[in-house]
Amino acid sequence: MRRALALSGLCALLLAGCGDDGTIEAGDGKPRLTVSAASSMKEALSECAPAFPDADVRLQFAGSDELAAQIRQGAPVDVFAAANTKLPDALAAEGELEPPVAFASNTLVLAVPAEDAKVTRLEDLQREGVKLVIGAEGVPVGDYTRAALEQLGPARNAAILANVRSEEPDVKGVVGKLTQGAADAGFVYVSDVEATGGALKAIDLPSDLDVTATYAAGVVRGTGQPAAAEAFVDDLLAAGCHDALLAAGFGEP
Amino acid sequence: MRHGWFAAALALALAAVLTFLTLPVVAIFTQQPPGDLVRALGEEGALDALWLSLRTTAAALAAILLLGTPAAYLLATRGFRGRAMVITLIELPLVLPPAVAGIALLAVAGDLHLGLPLTTAGVVVALVFVSAPFYLRQAIAAFEAVDPTLLDASRTLGASPARTFARIAVPTALPGLVAGTALALGRALGEFGATLMFAGSFQGVTQTVPLAIYDRFATDFTAALALSAVLVAVSAGILLAVKLVRGPVALRA
Repeated sequence: MRRALALSGLCALLLAGCGDDGTIEAGDGKPRLTVSAASSMKEALSECAPAFPDADVRLQFAGSDELAAQIRQGAPVDVFAAANTKLPDALAAEGELEPPVAFASNTLVLAVPAEDAKVTRLEDLQREGVKLVIGAEGVPVGDYTRAALEQLGPARNAAILANVRSEEPDVKGVVGKLTQGAADAGFVYVSDVEATGGALKAIDLPSDLDVTATYAAGVVRGTGQPAAAEAFVDDLLAAGCHDALLAAGFGEP
Repeated sequence: MRHGWFAAALALALAAVLTFLTLPVVAIFTQQPPGDLVRALGEEGALDALWLSLRTTAAALAAILLLGTPAAYLLATRGFRGRAMVITLIELPLVLPPAVAGIALLAVAGDLHLGLPLTTAGVVVALVFVSAPFYLRQAIAAFEAVDPTLLDASRTLGASPARTFARIAVPTALPGLVAGTALALGRALGEFGATLMFAGSFQGVTQTVPLAIYDRFATDFTAALALSAVLVAVSAGILLAVKLVRGPVALRA
C-alpha cells in the first residue's frame, strides 16, 4: 500500500502516459494502451502506432531494463516490447508478464560518424586514444556488445573495452554521443544507424560473430485492456508495426 | 466557529503538501532493511560514484567561488550600461532544462574542439554551468546588502579597493556567500541530465552519484536506494546548514 501510494505520486513525474485519470477511453472512444518499448524501436513504432486500429497507443521508450524495472515496481503498462528475450522471459517467470513472443530481430553493428571517421574497421577500436561508447550492462545493446566482444578472445576484448569512455543507459544515448561528435565509435543496432538519415555509417561485424538481437514482447499481467494489448502484440508480430520495423531495418525474428 | 472551515481547509492543504513531499523520501529508507542499504554502499561502484561526486563537486565549487565572487562584487557595486542584461544572462542557466544545458555544452565543445566530452573535466564543466548561477545570485544580493558607507569609510581610511573587498565586503557578505555556496553545492551534487549528455556515464570517470543511481535503478534497486539515501542525507545537511548560517533572515533573499 505504501509503495502504491508513493508510486502514484511519482508516476506523474516518471511516466508520460501513466494514469492521469482512471479512465481507459481515449477521446475517440478507443481504449488507451500504454506500450513500453525499447529505445531502438522509437522511429518504427512512432510511425505505425497511430495507425493501430484497436486502441489509442501511448508509447514510451527507454532502455529495456529500465522499462522492466518500472513494470516490476507496478507501473501501469499494458504491453512490454524489449530488445531481447531475457527481460520479458524474466518478467514472465516472475508473474508480471504473459508468455512473451519474439517478433523481430536486429543486428549489432559498429557505428561511426559518416564523415571524418577515425575508425574504419573493427581493428581500429584497439588503437590508443579511440573514444568508444557502448550500452551499460543490463541494457540489451550493452549485453549484446559485451557478448560480441567476448567472442574476439580475452586480449582483443580487453584492449577494446579499455577504450570505452561511456556506458549509456539506452541505445539512443550511444547514437547521440556519436552524432554530436563526442565519441569516435559505438556499438548500436543497424536500424539505429538507418534512423540517423546518413549522419552515421555502419561497419558490419565479422560474419563469424553472433550479433543478432531477438526482440520479444508480451502483455503485462493485470492490464485493463487484455484484448487490445493482445492485438498490439499481434500487430508487432505480423501486421502494421511489423512492416514498419522491417522497413526500419529490423529483420524477422 | 464561522471561520472554522477555513482554518480546517488550511490545515488540510498543509497535510496534503507535507504527505506528498515527504512520502517518497521516506520510502527510500523504508523499502529495504537499513542493513541492505549499508551493504549496498560498500560495493565498489557505489564508492567510486561517491568519491567522484565529491571530487567533481569540490572542483566545481572552487571554480565558482574563485571567479564568481569577484564577478558578483563587480555587478553588485558598480552601475554600468547593460548591467541588468548581464545579470539576466548569468541567471539563464538557472531556468534552462538540464537537457538543454547538455546539448549547449556539447555544441560549444564541438565548435571549440576542447576534448571535454566524456571526461571528468567535462563533468566539472557541466556542474559549474548549472550551479554557478545559484551562487552568483546569492552573492550579488549579499554584496548589494553591504552598507556602502562601510566600503567608503574603508577607502577614505586609506585601504586599497582590493583590501576593502577582502577585509570589509567579503566578511560582511559572508552569510549570504555561504548560503549561495550551499545552494550551488546542492545543485551540483544532484546534477544529472547535463552530465549524462555532455560527459556520459563511466564508472570512476564520469559516473557521479545521480548517474550511478540511474544506472542501477533497473538492475539493482537496493543499490539505487542506498545511493539515494546518501544524497537525501547530504541534501538535508546542506539545507540545515543554510538555515543555521542565515538564521532568521533565511527567507529574505
